Order: sequence, then structure tokens, then C-alpha cells
Amino acid sequence: MKEKLGDIMDNFKEESYDKRFDFELWKKLFSYIKVYKKELFWLAFVMVGVAGIDALFPMLNKYAVDNFVVPETVTGLQRFALIYGSLVLVQALNVGFFIALAGKIETGIAYDIRKIGFKRLQELSLSYYDSKAVGWLMARMTSDVRKLGETIAWGLVDLVWGFSMMLAIMGFMLYLNFKLALITLSVVPVLVILSLYFQNKILKAYRVVKKINSKITGSFNEGIMGARTSKTLVREEENLKEFQGLTSKMKRSSIRAAIFSALFLPLVLTLGSIGTALALWSGGSSVISGAITYGTLVAFLAYTVRFFEPVREMARVFAELQSAQASAERVLSMIETEPDIKDLKEIIKIYGDQFDSKKENWPELKGAISFEDVKFYYNEDEIILNNFNLDIKAGETIALVGETGSGKSTIANLACRFYEPKAGKVKIDGVDYRKRSQLWLQSNIGYVLQTPHLFSGSIKDNIAYADLEATFMDIKRAAKLVNADDFIQKLPDGYETVVGESGDSLSTGQKQLISFARAVLADPRIFVLDEATSSIDTEMEKIIQEAIERILKGRTNIIIAHRLSTIRSADRIICLKNGTIIEEGNHSQLLARKGYYYKLYTTQFKEDLKA
Amino acid sequence: MKNLKLLLKFMKGKKLLYLGSLLSIGVATVFTLLSPLVLRVGIDNIIGGKEFEAAPWVINIINRFGGREFFLESLWILAILLVILTGLRGLFLYFKGKWAAVAAESVAENIRDTLYDHLQHLPFSYHVKSETGDLIQRCTSDLETIRRFLAMQLVEVGRAIFMVAIIAYVLFSLNFKLALISMAVVPIVFSFAVIFFMKIKKAFKLSDEAEAEMSTVLQENLTGVRVVRAFTRQKHEVEKFDKKNLKHRDLTYRLIYLLAWYWGLSDLICMFQIGAVLVFGSYWAATGTITLGTLVVFTTYEGMLLWPVRQMGRILTDMGKMFVSLERIGEILAEEREELNEKGLKKEIKGKIEFEDVYFAYEGQEEVLKNISFDVEKGETLAILGSTGSGKSTLLYLLAGLYDYDQGKIKIDGHEITEYNKKYLRDQVGLVLQEPFLFARSMKENIGIAVEEADDAKIFEAARRAAIHDVILNFDEEYETFVGERGVSLSGGQKQRVAIARTLIKEPPILLFDDSLSAVDTETDAAIRQELKERNKNVTTIIISHRVTTLAEADKILVMEDGEIVQRGTHQELIKREGMYKRVWKIQNSLELEMKNEREVG
Repeated sequence: MKEKLGDIMDNFKEESYDKRFDFELWKKLFSYIKVYKKELFWLAFVMVGVAGIDALFPMLNKYAVDNFVVPETVTGLQRFALIYGSLVLVQALNVGFFIALAGKIETGIAYDIRKIGFKRLQELSLSYYDSKAVGWLMARMTSDVRKLGETIAWGLVDLVWGFSMMLAIMGFMLYLNFKLALITLSVVPVLVILSLYFQNKILKAYRVVKKINSKITGSFNEGIMGARTSKTLVREEENLKEFQGLTSKMKRSSIRAAIFSALFLPLVLTLGSIGTALALWSGGSSVISGAITYGTLVAFLAYTVRFFEPVREMARVFAELQSAQASAERVLSMIETEPDIKDLKEIIKIYGDQFDSKKENWPELKGAISFEDVKFYYNEDEIILNNFNLDIKAGETIALVGETGSGKSTIANLACRFYEPKAGKVKIDGVDYRKRSQLWLQSNIGYVLQTPHLFSGSIKDNIAYADLEATFMDIKRAAKLVNADDFIQKLPDGYETVVGESGDSLSTGQKQLISFARAVLADPRIFVLDEATSSIDTEMEKIIQEAIERILKGRTNIIIAHRLSTIRSADRIICLKNGTIIEEGNHSQLLARKGYYYKLYTTQFKEDLKA
Repeated sequence: MKNLKLLLKFMKGKKLLYLGSLLSIGVATVFTLLSPLVLRVGIDNIIGGKEFEAAPWVINIINRFGGREFFLESLWILAILLVILTGLRGLFLYFKGKWAAVAAESVAENIRDTLYDHLQHLPFSYHVKSETGDLIQRCTSDLETIRRFLAMQLVEVGRAIFMVAIIAYVLFSLNFKLALISMAVVPIVFSFAVIFFMKIKKAFKLSDEAEAEMSTVLQENLTGVRVVRAFTRQKHEVEKFDKKNLKHRDLTYRLIYLLAWYWGLSDLICMFQIGAVLVFGSYWAATGTITLGTLVVFTTYEGMLLWPVRQMGRILTDMGKMFVSLERIGEILAEEREELNEKGLKKEIKGKIEFEDVYFAYEGQEEVLKNISFDVEKGETLAILGSTGSGKSTLLYLLAGLYDYDQGKIKIDGHEITEYNKKYLRDQVGLVLQEPFLFARSMKENIGIAVEEADDAKIFEAARRAAIHDVILNFDEEYETFVGERGVSLSGGQKQRVAIARTLIKEPPILLFDDSLSAVDTETDAAIRQELKERNKNVTTIIISHRVTTLAEADKILVMEDGEIVQRGTHQELIKREGMYKRVWKIQNSLELEMKNEREVG
């Protein structure tokens, strides 16, 4: 099967893992897939059957030789054929059944874990997302989960089959002739050790290959994304030289890994043949001396050849379990993370949770926000806010001004309850917001980000994201209000134009307008705007300003402001430095004070305070 | 056919290795098939005491050793022979594995390097349109499909052919009737396998597509997590994901279900076949038509025969996939490389620029530049104002030789730029893109990337001039700080400044800024420009900007609209004329005026 882009771009797969079997971890994992207990049991059961019949076939050969060939008679051959035929039929059914069953388990487990994982990702606080790259999360949800499903289902198949097969073969051999069995089986311990050793070596060698491979992918990525830049810097030859260094390293380590695999099979085969040779040598003499029958010899020879397959399979599964364990560890670490922000149980009872809201019990939100002695930090060494106090009246527009790191975004995040204060309280309409549900607050807050994010789909769908029940008229009205309707109309497909990842047809300004329309459609009581700093041409700039003005009307607004016009029209401007308010007031009041704001203003911060 | 040619081209010089690998597997197959024959001799002739039926010289050798009695007493000879045969088989299997790996990995390396080199030398226009994800998939997973086929499956085809041929020969020479029964199923299984894998292709594809859809929903959810939270759409997202997750599960299960049928059915056929051989063989052995040893050979060979035949179905589909992959890679390689005019001029460039009636249209589109004429003297600064899509960036691309203009002339120092060696030209014309790409390396390497042997002093100096030095010193690891996913993420303005630094360090006689100070704050913008003015008196500069403050300082200003120059002059001239420049100046200036007033009032 072709590799998925997600896997290709997964640079996180190759974290080191070389741990012993972690029983606790697997136990924990199994608690998530308990529903498949019955299927797993049946799978194991069928595999024992498969192995049993597989091991039985040489016995049938023996029977044929001893009962028909040697005594030179064909009586009972028909019955024998019938039995053989029915066994074949059962075995074929078994094979079909176990593949389908393992497939059911594999896909079922992957589905379930992904479902749990996705739900958990929706519950986790944004602080979690700050610490994990999207690529990392993607890899956990796609390739790691796939690996778990595969290993659990097919690992069980191989283990049970291999183990039963070995047991059955040993059993039959010992039953047929104890001494001869012991002689032949003497090679088995060596075989096991050799297999384990080689499978481990092979797996490790391929891990090195994978590591280099992901570097090559990274290089390709850079080579393609940076092709234009490379051209302007005239760096094509140096790039190629560096790349060739990687590919030749890749070639060397791939060959090394392939040689390990190429060595393994011949060694095992030769070792196996020693077993066969021993059987022939001592078995042959026994036949002559009459100690065993011809048929026994034939069966022995067949068994020694078959022994090697299960040993090899099991060695492979054990080696693979190691890397599956690493996957399990990472997946569990994700789904067992508790969200930093959780609603209290009694709150959930009344208000419902993210997935099942009880809107009928929600009080109306008016929009007053107050910070009372709030303390906050992302990590303890760097306190962002300390004893922070701020009262925002319902319907007031607040502009937050200050340098990067002054705490502007933190305040917005706290107001939205994307983070909670470490000490102190944030009150909404006079009540600590921890006494209400997250969903209640967030349903009433519109939050527009610096960099607009659109989902793949039509423009219409993107705007309707704010209100899934919105009619087209509602959507159009929202777009009109933020001046987006004009340009959308001009697009060849209008509101049905597909945007998102591949649809890079829109300019940043246009994307911003769409995200405004989306926010307007939600009609929130509180509006939080993180103004974009990127440069947009002057005429677009004007359109956006107008849009913002219209959005702000009739709401409580918190704006992380960069545009002079937005700042000027705010009811109150809060100047922040290192997490404290150093000045506040409206535009003319602040100018009159000739303090921080005045300085900032006069050194002219039209577009960007951030850099 | 075209694809096959391409493959052969990549395999150039490695064909002998493949041949060696194929021969090895042939030899190994012979040894594989000899072992049962040794067993047969052991069982029939030595232990069973039947007459030897072999060429006279073989019997001669046997008799010289002392005939059957001798071997009977020293069965170990036979046993050792068996081990030796297997050992030899193993040796050749090893050769096969090794040579095939060396050949396949060399081919893979060859394709990788060729692709990388080719991609880098495709024209600028190609990279503007290309989809990174798709290209990477072609360069990695399509290549992997080819590599895997070459490394593992190509020789398997050889093995299967050898196997079937030799087995058929041996079996038919041992017993015609039983051989007929043994081989009967081969074409059936083979066709069944091929047909099945052809049919199942669609199921594979559906499952793959379902997975891609699921990943897309996941990725969008993760990158847009703040939007999801802002609109409290967790429930909606969970439902959306569940739909895709479920679809993926069901389609993947369907695929496995079909495979279950395949393996079940083909096992049924194969095991019946083995059973038939055993039953008929036993019948004939019992009635004396064949010997016991022959029966053993037949049953053993049957098992060996069916597996590779069944694998053939899979291999053939994989071969189909390989050719598809090859075609996808071939499509990239079929794109024409940029003409670099390597024999062109490499004369020292002073910096005088002339545009004469230049017209340009992107392939198959309307003209984006019409009738463009202007001059810039050495050491002058030209500024360009224009709205999005007015063609101002294109103008710079043309000057840097990234596109070839359709009509008119662009000259540098009096030579048309088409006369210059293109790489030389680009080296001399320092173009800073609006959204520059930084490489996943340290800060230091990023700034020094375009020059050979950049010493620290030079790098610091360039960083200082681009006003990024202090920012870098603020990072924990200063100049060793890594840029990109695993390192620090830079703001747009910081990126632009690093890009400026890495261009400045080259000290090109011509500098082009494609709005490359847009994300830098006004003050820093001014500081950088001040620095440039003082230090680069001899450098010809063209700056695209939206900021009137930036434009105002230039020696000349062009205003562009819809691909044409609509206004030109100095700041003082332009603010007196009606038009776009004045309009923009007014909008931006009104803020300043207002501010001034307020300052006076306040």
C-alpha cells in the first residue's frame, strides 16, 4: 500500500525505543479495546485450529505411505481422500474466517482508538496544543493507531499460529518417534536464538534507514518549498551536493539492512537442513533396522522443513511488538492526558458538556468581564500576569496595546477561558466563570484570530461554521455586513467557491473578511479580536477597517490592536507592559497625559507593533 | 513503453547486477529442487533398495564408492550432501538478495538525485504552481514503490519462472500422468490471482482515499483548533470525524474481507491440488506405477510450486502500481528544465537598468505587463507602488531572469539580460522575496547560505545591517538557534529580515525588494533603509512597498495599475498630481496629519 502523506511527513516517528516488554502498558491499552475480547478469543481459537490442521497434513502423508504405498493396497484410499478433502475445506474456511476476523479486529481497534483520541483532542485545553506540534498529533492519530490495530490483530494471528504449530509439530514428532524427535529438534534452540538475534538486527537496521529516509523527505520538502528562494540565491549546486550526501548514506544503510535480511534466510535454511539431515541419517538407519516405518521418515522430513516457518514468524512478531509498544506508549500518553480546564461535575450536570449541552439551563450572558487579582504563567519561571485587575463593562470596547510579551494575548485567552488563572478569578457578569460551563461562555464569545483559518469547503460552508442552521440569507447578510459580499460575488463560483488548503486563491485580506463574516453570523455577546499585523494593500485595509467598526457595535469587545483606527475608536485603551497596566483611558485622555501611549503614538505605530 | 524506457535508463550500469541476481536465484532454485531428489534417492534406492535409474556415469561413480551398501552404511554422506546443497542454495540466495539490493538501492539513489536536481532546475513558474504535497509524495512514496519492486519483486518473477520451468521438467520426466495432475492447477491459480488483484485495485484505492479524507479532517481540526473552540464546534467536529473514521474502517474492512475470500479460495484450490497429488500418487505408488521416493518428490515440489504462483498475482498488480509510480515520476522529469544560458556573459555588473517597451504574460494568461519602459541609473533607488495584481512583482522577476519577457528589452549595463549567464545574473541581482523561505538550519547557516565560506564577522555584520542581530542574540542559542519546526518560529518580519541579511552578505550591485519589508515595523523599516542608503551608495535598488514613507525617499517612483505604469516621478511631483499615489498618500497621511493636530491640541 502506498505511504500516506501524513506518514511521509512524520518526523516524529523515530524516537528511540529499546525497552523491555511493558506489561502494564499493554494492560492499559487492552482496557480500551475490551469490546473485542470475544473476537480476539475466537481469533485465537481459529488460529489454533489452523495450526493444528497445518501440522496434521504431514501425518496424512505418513498415513498414506504406511497404509497404501508400503503395503501396496488401495483399499480405504477413497475414504482417505474424502477425509483429506474435508480437512482442506475446513482449513480453507478457517483461513478465510481468520483473515476476515483479524481484519474486523484491526479496523475496529483503529476506529475505536481514533474515536477516543479525537474526542480527547477536542476536550484538551489549548495549553496542550501549545506543547505539541500538529505533525506530532497527526502521527499519533494516523500511523501509530494503524500500527496498533495491525499488531494486535495480526500479531495475535502469528503468535497463536506459530506457537500452536510448534507445539503440534513437536507433539507429533515426539509421538512418532521420541528419540528421532529429540535428535531432529536439537537444532531448534539454535534456530530460535538465531531468529531472535537477526530479527532484532534487521529491525534496527531498517530503523536507521527510516531515520535517513525522513531526512530525505525533509530535504525534498525544503528543496521544493524553497526552490524559488534557492533560485534567487543561486544555490542549486550546493543543495544538490548536500542532498547527494544524504542519498548515498541512504544507499549504504539500505544495503546494509538488506544484507542482514539476505543473510538471515540462508542461515535459517541451512540450520533447518541440518535437522532434516539428522532425520535422514538416523531415521534412515532406523527404517532399515525396522525401528520406524517409511511413512514416519517421510513425515519427519516434512516436519523439519515446516518447523522453521513458525519460528521465523514468531521472532518477527516479537521484534515488531517492540515498536508497537512505542506506538502504544505515545497514543496512550495522548488519550490519557487530562485537560487542564475541566468543568465541575455539578456544573456539567446543569449545563451539559462540550458534546451534550443543556442550553435550556443556560443563563443569559450580558457581557461584563472582570479580572480579580489574576495570576498567570505558562511556565513558572516566567510569570506573565500578577495581581492583575481589570473591569470591563457590558458593551464596552477595550483596546489592548503593548509590546510582544506584555500579556495582551494572555488576557484575551483568559477571557475566553482557553486558559484559567493560576490564582484569582475571572468573572463574567459578576460570577466566577468556573461556576459556569466552558461551552456556555465560549458559545457567547466570538474570537477572530490574527491568521484566519478556513476549513476546506465552500465559502458558504465556512461562514456557516458559526451557525450550522443558518440559511443562505443569513450567510449573505453576514458577508454583506463585513464587506465580503462584493468580492465573493465576483468569484466565478460565488459562495460555492472552494477554499481551504488547496484553494489558495484568496488573498489574506479576503480570508480575513470571511472569518469576520463567520464571527458576525455567530452574533456573540463578547467579541475578541486579535488584529492581524500582516501588510495588506491600502485599499483593502480600508475595507477591513469598516468591517471591524460594524462588527464591534453592540458588544463587549476586547481587541489586541495594531491598527490606529481601531485603537482610536475604543472606549478604553489599556497600555500593558510586562503584565501590568501602565496607562488606561480613551485616546484623547491618554494623549493628554503625554506618557507611554503618547510616545508610542507619536513614533507612529500604524501597522505593526509586534515585530 | 515510455515508462519502461525510463526505468531502463535509471537502471543503466546496474543491469549486470540484476542479471547476476537473476542467475543466482536460478542456481538457488536448482539447489532447492535438488534436495528432494537427494531425499528420493535416499529413500528409494539406498534405504528402499530399488535399482538406481540414472546415467551410467553416475551409477559408475556410485559403484566405485561401493554401491548401495556403502551408502547405506554411511548415510551421513547423504545427510551432509543435503546440508551442502542447502548451504549452496543459501549462498546463492544471499547473492541474489545482496545484488538485488545493491542494484535497487543504486537505482533509487539515481532517481532521487535526478529528481532533486531536476526539480531545482525547473523554471520559477513551475514552482509557483506546483503542489508541494503532491510532489513530495511522488518523490518519496512513488519512488519507494519502484524501489521495493526492484529490490524484492523483480527477482521473484525470475524465481517463479525458474521454479515452474524446472519443476515441470523434473515432474514430467519422473511421471507424466502425475505431473499433469500436479501442474493442472498452476494456470488456474495464476489467472485467479491476476484477475483477483486487478479487481481488488479499486478496493485498495477506496480505502486509501478514505484514509486521506480522514486525515484531512483531522489535520484541519488540529490546525484550526482555536476556531473550533471559538465557535464551540467540538460536537460537530467529533461527528464529522466519526463519519470519516467510520467510512475508513468500513472500506478497509471490505478490502480485507475481499482478501479473506481470495486467500481462502486460493488455499482451497492449492490444498485440493496437493491432496489430489497425494491421493493419486499413493494410488500409483501402491499399484507400483511410481516409487515412494517419487511420491515424496511430488508432494514436496507441489508445495514449493504453488506459493510463487500465487504470489505472481500480487507481483503483477504491484508491477502495475510500479509503472503508475514511474509515470508520475516521469511526469516531473518530462517538465522542461530552465534554459540557463550557461555560455552567456559573466561581465562585471555595474548597475544601470533599462526597460524598453517590455510586455509579459504568464503562460496562457492575459498580459500582466504592458509597455513598460523606465531607466534606473547606477546607485539610484526606484520605488514602485501598486495594488495586488498590478504586475509589480512580475517586473522584478523579469529583471532577475526568473521569467523570460515576451517583447521589448531589459538591459543591464547596456547588455540585454538574455545575453548574461542566468545564474551569474541572479547572483548579481539580489532579489528578496516577500515571503522568503528559510532553511531548517541554524540562524548562522541561514544568513551565510548563499556565500562560500562566510565567516562569523561577515554574518554578524549582515545581520546587524538587516536589523536582526539583536533579535538573534536574544534567542537562547543565539546564532546557533535552529529555524523551523524543531526550532524557533520567527515572525513574518523577522523572516524577512533574515532574508535581507542573507542577500546583503552577497553584496550584489543590484538589490530588489519585493515588498520584503512589509511585515517589518515602520521604525525598523526606516532603519534598514537608512543603513542601505549610507553603505550602498553604488548599489542600484528597486523597492516595492505600500508605505508612502518608504516610497517618498526614493529617487524615482513608479505607480503601476493593471500591468501598466500609470504615474511616474518623485514624491514631490506625484503628490501634486491626481491619481493613485496621491490617494494612498492622503489615506496614510491623514492619520499623520490628524496626529499632528492632536499633538498640538493635546
